[in-house]
Amino acid sequence: MTAPKDNGIPDNDVVLTTRSRLARNLADHPFLNRASDMQSALVMQTAQRVMLEAPLSEKTLWMDLDELTPLDRALLVERHLISRHHAESSLHRGVAISSDEHMSIMVNEEDHLRVQVLRRGSRLDETFEQLMRIDSMLEQHLDYAFHDQWGYLAVCPTNVGTGIRFSVMVHLPALRITNELAKVQRAAKELHLAVRGYYGEGSESSGHIYQVSNQVTLGRTEEEIQEEFSKSIIPALIDYERSARNVLMKKNSMLLDDRIQRAYSVLCSARLLKVDEAMKLLSRVRLGAALGHVDLSLQTVDELFVQIQPAHLNQQAQSTLSDNDELELRALLVRNTLSQ
Amino acid sequence: MKCDLCNKPAVVHEVSITGGKKKEVHLCLEHAQAAGIAIPGQQPINKLLTKFVIGQSPKTSGTQCPNCGITFAQIKRANLIGCPECYNTFQDSLGSLIEHSQFGASSHVGRVPNRKHTPNQFELRARKLMKELDAAVTAEQYERAAVLRDRLDKLSTDVHTEEEDKQGEESGS
Repeated sequence: MTAPKDNGIPDNDVVLTTRSRLARNLADHPFLNRASDMQSALVMQTAQRVMLEAPLSEKTLWMDLDELTPLDRALLVERHLISRHHAESSLHRGVAISSDEHMSIMVNEEDHLRVQVLRRGSRLDETFEQLMRIDSMLEQHLDYAFHDQWGYLAVCPTNVGTGIRFSVMVHLPALRITNELAKVQRAAKELHLAVRGYYGEGSESSGHIYQVSNQVTLGRTEEEIQEEFSKSIIPALIDYERSARNVLMKKNSMLLDDRIQRAYSVLCSARLLKVDEAMKLLSRVRLGAALGHVDLSLQTVDELFVQIQPAHLNQQAQSTLSDNDELELRALLVRNTLSQ
Repeated sequence: MKCDLCNKPAVVHEVSITGGKKKEVHLCLEHAQAAGIAIPGQQPINKLLTKFVIGQSPKTSGTQCPNCGITFAQIKRANLIGCPECYNTFQDSLGSLIEHSQFGASSHVGRVPNRKHTPNQFELRARKLMKELDAAVTAEQYERAAVLRDRLDKLSTDVHTEEEDKQGEESGS
């Protein structure tokens, strides 16, 4: 087996991204489900002032979501910088994003603040450290809602306490092919982990990509939750998937290669591509890239996962694409990228 | 069974044991009412019984959070809490809801805010205006509410201007 191309990113053959996020609310302000228009606007003003004042990242951009077009909001969703819920909500809401796109702070999502740090590959420790630094900075400017027994208060009881949620986005095609995925999902349930799709809560898995995150935020320290994630959960997921890949390589090497090469050929020649079909085929090609069967970097495939999404295609075309034009542009983009 | 006092069917049956002796009374509707014995099903249970203890109803049922007005029933239905004060108002009931959501965990052991933030002048003024605005809206003093809203708007414009001036000075220096 040849080593995958981009070795610089830890465990990128299985792990696409790791993310740490905090739910925080301001003291003396009603939560958003009970806030008046004026009250939610006040949270926005307070947050905006702090986002621009505090040195949260080298360069922080602030966006008022009401002032963005639906296309711009969709672009942010496709880049995992805001949630679908945040994009579609009718409240006053905004987002602060670092120019490297590692940090995003959603204001007036479900909670007043949702602070997240996202990195490619298995880098939970780095995302956690950066998140804690950002939280300490924000705390100097904001009075957070805190309770002696329940810690940081949140809108939903599932987020109280630390308010911390770690997520790892993993590519598990071999576990899917070997029908072992159900076993992983059962184990995750026993460990109180949530398994979701490519766009998080409420989304389906696309291209055999799953988001795994902790459900318990109370009764353990941030470090304990993080350590369990970094030292047991992520390594176990990587290990399961790699073992399944090895089994496939040993037992059905030709069949596996056939699936990868067929997917690659279709992507290189298709003239019309639906997003789901493209994700599915790219997933096989990604497996091929990870196993060294396809001369392609994992980064190229991961970027394609984002670039082939509808808003990105519309943005590239600088116009509103018809359904058919969208399929055509997607196929063209994939063909051009793979032939480079 | 017939009434002890007439031939009508008995609807009230009372059995009492006094000094080891059993005594039975069977009365029809009219004679039972005349004897001051109420008929089951005709009156609310609390009027029917003279000796009862009102059980401790959950503190939170029907009560509203004094800060945001939400009831516990609304919280439970949506699994969404209304404001930080709800955590004190509905402490007992929320405890079990939180434990259920957190797979049995009930106490925070993680980070605590390392510094209580001191609100700046802008925040203090904004909070005061917000409280006055809420009170004006509740009292249906809409003209006053409009004035307060304009003051809040002006306050936020002033803060932005001040920030821009500050940034201008910094970049100019």
